[in-house]
Amino acid sequence: MMLIPCPWCGPRDETEFVYGEAALERPADPHALSDQEWTDYLYFRDNPKGEHTERWFHRAGCHHWFTVERNTVTHVISAAYPPGKAEKS
Amino acid sequence: MSQRYSIWALARNALTHHESWQKAWRSPEPKPAYDALIIGGGGHGLATAYYLAKLHGMRNIAVLERGWIGGGNTGRNTTIVRSNYLLDENAHFYEHSLKLWEGLSEDLNYNVMFSQRKVINTCHTLGEREATVRRYNSMRLRGIDAEFLTREDLARLEPAMNLSMDVRYPIVCAVSQPRGGSARHDAVAWGYARGADSLGVDIIQNCEVTGIDRDPVSGAVTGVQTSRGAIKSDKVGIAVAGHSSQVAAMADIRLPIETHLLQAFVSEPVKPFLNTVVSTGAAHFYISQTDKGEVLLGGELDGYNSYSQRGTLPSVEHVIANATEMFPNIGRLRFMRQWAGVMDMSMDGSPIIGKLPVDGLYMSGGWCYGGFKATPGSGWCLAWTMAKDEPHALNAGHTLERFRTSYMIDEKGAGPYPKAH
Ligand SMILES: Cc1cc2nc3c(=O)[nH]c(=O)nc-3n(C[C@H](O)[C@H](O)[C@H](O)COP(=O)(O)OP(=O)(O)OC[C@H]3O[C@@H](n4cnc5c(N)ncnc54)[C@H](O)[C@@H]3O)c2cc1C
Ligand SMILES: [Zn+2]
Repeated sequence: MMLIPCPWCGPRDETEFVYGEAALERPADPHALSDQEWTDYLYFRDNPKGEHTERWFHRAGCHHWFTVERNTVTHVISAAYPPGKAEKS
Repeated sequence: MSQRYSIWALARNALTHHESWQKAWRSPEPKPAYDALIIGGGGHGLATAYYLAKLHGMRNIAVLERGWIGGGNTGRNTTIVRSNYLLDENAHFYEHSLKLWEGLSEDLNYNVMFSQRKVINTCHTLGEREATVRRYNSMRLRGIDAEFLTREDLARLEPAMNLSMDVRYPIVCAVSQPRGGSARHDAVAWGYARGADSLGVDIIQNCEVTGIDRDPVSGAVTGVQTSRGAIKSDKVGIAVAGHSSQVAAMADIRLPIETHLLQAFVSEPVKPFLNTVVSTGAAHFYISQTDKGEVLLGGELDGYNSYSQRGTLPSVEHVIANATEMFPNIGRLRFMRQWAGVMDMSMDGSPIIGKLPVDGLYMSGGWCYGGFKATPGSGWCLAWTMAKDEPHALNAGHTLERFRTSYMIDEKGAGPYPKAH
């Protein structure tokens, strides 16, 4: 069971949240992407065993999306911040 | 086979108090080189080795398993076997697998306890009924068994089922695949291991693959690095379930896969009261009773990427709340064990079985919820692909390239969200 620190509401039970997906860096110029790059962005993932940067949604709370850095083996959360703040890719 | 199992063998060994049975497979030291290597000693890897040896005459091969065989998802799943798919690629593949299941115990001379007790799917809304009946009709058009069940049929088949309309998810009707059922998970791994070993395959446990070696000029596979030294081979198959991304990364390949948790739990054993396998999409659970009498329950993913092999309690609560509504009499049972596996969830919900973009490298992965029933078919197709260096018609659609051409095999139409399939 995880306590997820929402940047707006503080630590709350994981059942209040919905997991989004890996926090991917958006292509700076989508029109410039090749098919290969689009496919990589849409479908291919690093899927790390360890630190993972991902997005969560506080559904039963403030209804904000935010970014979480979480270990996929221990589930320990090392950071949580609003979208747009300094993110690892 | 060095030692055939039969009623006569049982009687003969009873005379010596069952102390003279041979080991079911050897534990050889790895050789420096093989004609083919398979990474992962789950059902899929062992089945691949068995069919490579039996059907393609490749005997100088080895299965490399990091822990013990069958200790991954093969030994952690809820063992439902069925072939009720809508899309061509999946329908034909899973039906081929189901046919292999039907002859598996005889083929392996090992009782995998395959029990075709019917897999029932309940429908809870009219919309769900329409979609499900369409899928089951498509099965019949392909010659796969499928039937429609009324509430009266359900009352007869599963007397313990709560058919009241005054519940959160009232049951409108159901469909079933009569040839579906369940099997003994460990026996599948052990049966394939014993079969492969008797054909000369080396099964090497406690041997973790840590790197994939490639030719510096051509880029083709030349072997692997392991915790027990380097082993050479120019054909390497990957069948490591939730660790597909890690192993493929050893050859600089990224996959359209995320690793998620799926858990299951069993109750104390009780007298038989469940006759079939029952599953429900709306209420997110599936239930059956094992031959030992335990009630076996599973649900949906925990919901976020994880390699922890440790399920969390909210999912347990969700499954039990819904299951006790449909089968109120399980409310007084105590649960004995709960566990989780690491699922290789693909971006379209269907598996990848075939060649990888590195010469000599092959994989079977992305099995999502349904890889146990695929075990014979997956091994059969991966063996074919490795032996001939090209896919069989049955797995020709399950390529990695489909994600580049957008030829998705998305049964659910859920889009590129692995956790949604
Ligand atoms: C709770 C749960 C319920 C499920 N229920 C069903 C069901 O009802 N029906 C169904 O059809 N499917 C079900 N599945 C899915 C099914 O269990 C899997 O898809 C299937 O068993 C996968 O088999 P496998 O041989 O590919 O994987 P595994 O059995 O996991 O084998 C992979 C092996 O690879 C090894 N490995 C990993 N990395 C390395 C390495 N670097 N070097 C060497 N070895 C390595 C692992 O140790 C492991 O033993 C369920 C899964 C879970 C977790
Ligand atoms: Zn919040």
